[in-house]
Parts: sequence; structure tokens; C-alpha cells
Amino acid sequence: MLDVKNLYCERNQGLLFEALSFSLKPGKVIQIKGPNGAGKTTLLRILCGLFGEFEGEVLWDLEKHPIYLGHKAGVKDLLTVTENLNWLCELQQNYPSSDQIKKALIEVGLLAYKDVMAGQLSEGQKKRVSLARLYLINSPVWLLDEPFSAIDVEGLTKLEERMRGYVEGGGSIILTSHQMVNIDQDVTELLLKGANSC
Amino acid sequence: MLIKSIQRELLLSMRRPADLLNPLVFFVLVVSLFPLGISPSDEVLKEIAPGVIWVAALLSTLLSMEVMFRNDFEDGSLEQMSISPQPFLVLVGGKIVGQWLVSGLPLVLMSPVLAVMLALSEEGIKAMFISLLLGTPILSLLGSIGAGLTIGLKKGGALIAILILPLYIPVLILGTHMIIAAEQGVSYSGDVLWLAAILALSISLAPFATTESVRIALSDG
Amino acid sequence: MWNWLHKLGSPKSFFAISERLLPWFGTLALLFLSVGIVWGLLFAPPDYQQGDTARIMFVHVPASILAQSSYMMMASAGVVFLVWRIKLAEIALQCAAPIGASLTFLALVTGSIWGKPMWGTWWVWDARLTSTLVLFFLFMGIIALRSAMENRASAGRATSLLAVVGLVNLPIIKFSVDWWNTLHQSSSFSLTQKPAMPIEMWFPLLLMVIGFYFFFFSVWMMRIRTEVLIRERRADWVKRLVLTMKNKRDMKHAV
Repeated sequence: MLDVKNLYCERNQGLLFEALSFSLKPGKVIQIKGPNGAGKTTLLRILCGLFGEFEGEVLWDLEKHPIYLGHKAGVKDLLTVTENLNWLCELQQNYPSSDQIKKALIEVGLLAYKDVMAGQLSEGQKKRVSLARLYLINSPVWLLDEPFSAIDVEGLTKLEERMRGYVEGGGSIILTSHQMVNIDQDVTELLLKGANSC
Repeated sequence: MLIKSIQRELLLSMRRPADLLNPLVFFVLVVSLFPLGISPSDEVLKEIAPGVIWVAALLSTLLSMEVMFRNDFEDGSLEQMSISPQPFLVLVGGKIVGQWLVSGLPLVLMSPVLAVMLALSEEGIKAMFISLLLGTPILSLLGSIGAGLTIGLKKGGALIAILILPLYIPVLILGTHMIIAAEQGVSYSGDVLWLAAILALSISLAPFATTESVRIALSDG
Repeated sequence: MWNWLHKLGSPKSFFAISERLLPWFGTLALLFLSVGIVWGLLFAPPDYQQGDTARIMFVHVPASILAQSSYMMMASAGVVFLVWRIKLAEIALQCAAPIGASLTFLALVTGSIWGKPMWGTWWVWDARLTSTLVLFFLFMGIIALRSAMENRASAGRATSLLAVVGLVNLPIIKFSVDWWNTLHQSSSFSLTQKPAMPIEMWFPLLLMVIGFYFFFFSVWMMRIRTEVLIRERRADWVKRLVLTMKNKRDMKHAV
């Protein structure tokens, strides 16, 4: 479903990666690893089409758009949790009922905050709002940038559980994370060596 | 989706009324500085009114432009929009329309009061109202390009002024001339057509440029 | 033709081609400018109305022409970059901006100096001068945007976009300024609309214009070459080039 061929990218006068090729198949997980500044986030942004200054090929073969979770949660302070979630789903051409939203909020432990302005939530809670999409939107690929950061232990187990179910159902995940991902599945590691600046 | 995007924009500014009020207060304030700084006599005011109102309108639009994309950029909403399967052009278009509704339109509605304070005649006020009604959407459209280009930059404020103000010159010239012509009792229908033509051109081209500029800013962030 | 353009678009072949062209352009610029300036300032007949003051036009007119056409060329580079993503076009754009801005500034200064004896004041809101001023602002916008953006790649795209937006707006701005000027005209004298110029003045002026063009192209090329070297410094051909140049220098020292 994804073929990356011969990717070359330099940023801010440093070479991030060259001749990078890999592919992603349904039901597989790729974990991008590497030291800070190695280009993990940039690679994810290239894959989802946010960053275009690269050479090489990124070929997607998808019927539906991937879900992307970036460093920034994409949650607006001035909207309630429900409004935020509704908007994020509409962006992905999903129009969930309020029941479905409720269920997703139970999963991420935010039901009590349903009608609270997102501005009053903590960073971790905002991230959970964004992660609630994973229960609502039917998408073949998730691109998750540091999904576990700012998430507590309980949330982490929940998230891993969801990932496990998703991958078993044929979904694919590309994620960046420094920690081990525990989802009983083969996780292909993709190691980025780091910037060779000159 | 266009309507949803506009609604969202309106909802957001209703929840932060300062964003809505500040440019308007700024507009009124700048205009009222001139009688204080120059002279309160009707003759002088009549003479300077068209220019003063229009320059104040340019500056206050610029003020509201600066924050147009910033919040959405900082909290990550903008990147979610740009990679969504919904057409980004439409989402950005909705933002521009929303921006005009909360900053341009109030300014247009407020202007007759200021015009009275600046001793414009009834004809002049009418012309000014029409000129602002046609002109402020152009300001919003052109300004959104600059807003997109300066999203992620630290010194955005002064920069957006340098980028966009030169592009505002034709609108300024046509807009003020309309009011002057009306004050002199001359027909200004030609200017109306010109402004309308520029508006049509901006509507058809500016959103593309804005979309592209936002994409550039996103790839930088 | 297409093939050739494509070849020119690669930084490496641009570097090679410009290497050969640059001395020619430089020499021609020097030649045209020196002949034109001596002829214009010393030998051309004085203007029958303005006397010797009109001689400043041998600098002012070419500078104004170049100011406008350098914006056109810069913006065309922007179009080329946005449409075909040819990296060199974006480099060319960024290199043209400061030159264009300087020439526009020169046009403004000489125009204002010319205005002093003619109008009795340093600045008159004449249509030409005003639109040149606006042009200067447009150039400044490009330069300001360029310097505000840290990332080279996105700075290139952003300045290209801005230049193209400016290009679309330029005719509208020019038209509106001209029109505005006819409404508010107080002086009946315009710098450039004058009775037909005698051929003895026209010819050195032409030489100056051509000289300015060659000058512009030479400086432009030099700037692009420097920028290409900086950008491509990781490429093999640049490394080899620098090595050969270093060797040559060492040889010279040895001798």
C-alpha cells in the first residue's frame, strides 16, 4: 500500500537521509527510530504530504486518507471536546453520530470532558482528543508521531490495545517512538542514523 | 464544507470577541486621531476624510490579517486541514470569508458613523459605504496571501505590512476617488465597476495563492 | 530549444555555460557603458529646453527601464519555478531581487535629482516616480520575506509566489497610479514624455540601456554562480571544481 523509493532529503543544510527505500503492507507496523534531529518527524511529514522538499518517490495506493497525528494535536482551545472531534472527523469525511463520539470519548477516558472547552485540558488530554479519532475514523493507515508521549500508563495500555486490534484487522501503522511498542506483532524498525551536516 | 468552515470561523471568533473588536476599535481610534491632529474644521475634515477612512481601513484589515492563520497553525489545526481529503482550497476559502465577516463587514457597517464625524455629505457617505463594501473583501483576499506567507515567522507583523500594503494601492486609489467624486457631485459608476472587476479577479485568483502560501508555511513548520 | 533550456536548468551546466558567457557579458557591459556615458555626458547635444541637466537621463532612463524589466525577469523566474520546479529559477529569482532593488533605488534617486532643477523640489508625485516607488516596495517585500525565512527551500517557494502575485498586480497598480496622477496633476511637465528626441541623444541613450542590460546580466550571473556553489557544495562536481581551483592556486604559488 505504500512504496518509498530512493528518498533523499536535506534540511537546514544537513543531510537527513539518502537512498531510503521501504514499503508498507496491510497489517504491518513500522517504527521509525533514531536520535533527535534524525528526521523522524520530517519523514512522517513527507509521507503524509505536508513536506514536499525531497527527492525520490512516495507512492501511496489507498482508497482512504491516512490519519495523521502530529506533535501538535490539531485541537482548538476555543471549541469543546465534542466540537473538536466532530470537526476532525468531518475533515476526514466521516460524520459520526453523537453516540459514536461518546463511545470514543469513553475509550480515551474523556467522557466527563465532553462539553468542556479544549483550552482547559492538559497537553496529554488534548492528545487523547486527537487519538479518539482512531476509534471513529475508518482509515487504512495511521501515521503517528510520538503517540505515547504525554500519555499516562493507563492511556498507553489502552492505545496499544487499540493498535493491536487495528493491526489484526488489517490496518497498518507507521509511528515514531523512542519506547518499545508492545502489540504482539512484528514491528519493523526503520533506523535513521542522523544528520550528517557539513 | 465551505459553509461548515465559515461557521467554524465565526464560532471561533464569537468565543474570542477581542479578535473581533480590536480591529474595529483600532479603526475608529485611528480615524478619530486625525481631527485631533490636523483640525476639527469641516472644510479640512471633508478634504481628508476619504483618505483617512481608507487608510485606517487598510491598516485595521492588516491588523486582523496577522492573526488569521496563526492560531490554527500553532495548535496544528491547519496541518490537519491541509492533509485532509476535503479540498484545502475550500477550507481556506471558508477562512477568508469568515475573516471578512468578522473584521471587514463590521468595519463597513461602522464607517457611516465615522463619515458623519468627518463631515462627509450624504452622497459621500453612500459612496464610501459602497466603496468599502466592495473594497474590504479585496483587502481580505489579498491580505490572506500575506498572512499565509508569514504564518510561521516571528517578525510577521511588520513583514506582512511590507508584503501586502503595496498591493492595496489600487483599492486605496479607487476607493478614495469614489468618495471624492461623490462629494463633488460627479458620477462614480466607473470606479464601482473597476472595484468590482478587481474583486472578481481577486476572488478567482487569491484563494489559490493563499492555499499555496499556507502549504509553504506548513512545510516549513 | 526545450532540451537546451532543460540543460540550462541544471545548476552544473549553468555553471559551465555561464563560465563561458560571463567574460563576454562583462566586457560588453563595460564597453557599452563607458562609450555611452562619455558620449552622453560630453558629446551629445544639450537638451534644447533643459540644457545640461537633462544629461542625467543617460543614467535615469536606463535605470528605470531595468528596474521594471528586472522585476519582470525575476517574476518570470518565479513562474518557471512554481510551474516546473526548476531549482535554478528560484536561485535566479533570489539573486535578482537585490540587483533589481538597487537599480530601482538608482532610478528613484536620479529621478529626484533631476526633479530638483526641473520642478524646484526633490520630490514630485509624478506618475512615473510614484510607480517606481511602488516597484521599490515590491522588491523590498521580496527581500524582506527572503531574509525572514530560515529554510532555503520554503523561502524559494514563498518568494516565487510573492513575485508572481506582484506580477499580476503590477499592471493594475501601474494603471491606477497613472490614472490617479491624471486626476491630481499639478505640474504639466513629465520627465519622459517630451518632444521627439534628436538622434544624437537617442543613440547614446540606447547604448546606455544595452550597457545596463549587460551589466545586470553579468551581476546576476555572478550572484547565481556563487549561490549555486553554496547550494551544491555537497555535489561531486563542486568538490572537484574547488579542488582543481585550489591546485591551480598552489601551482601558481609554487612558481
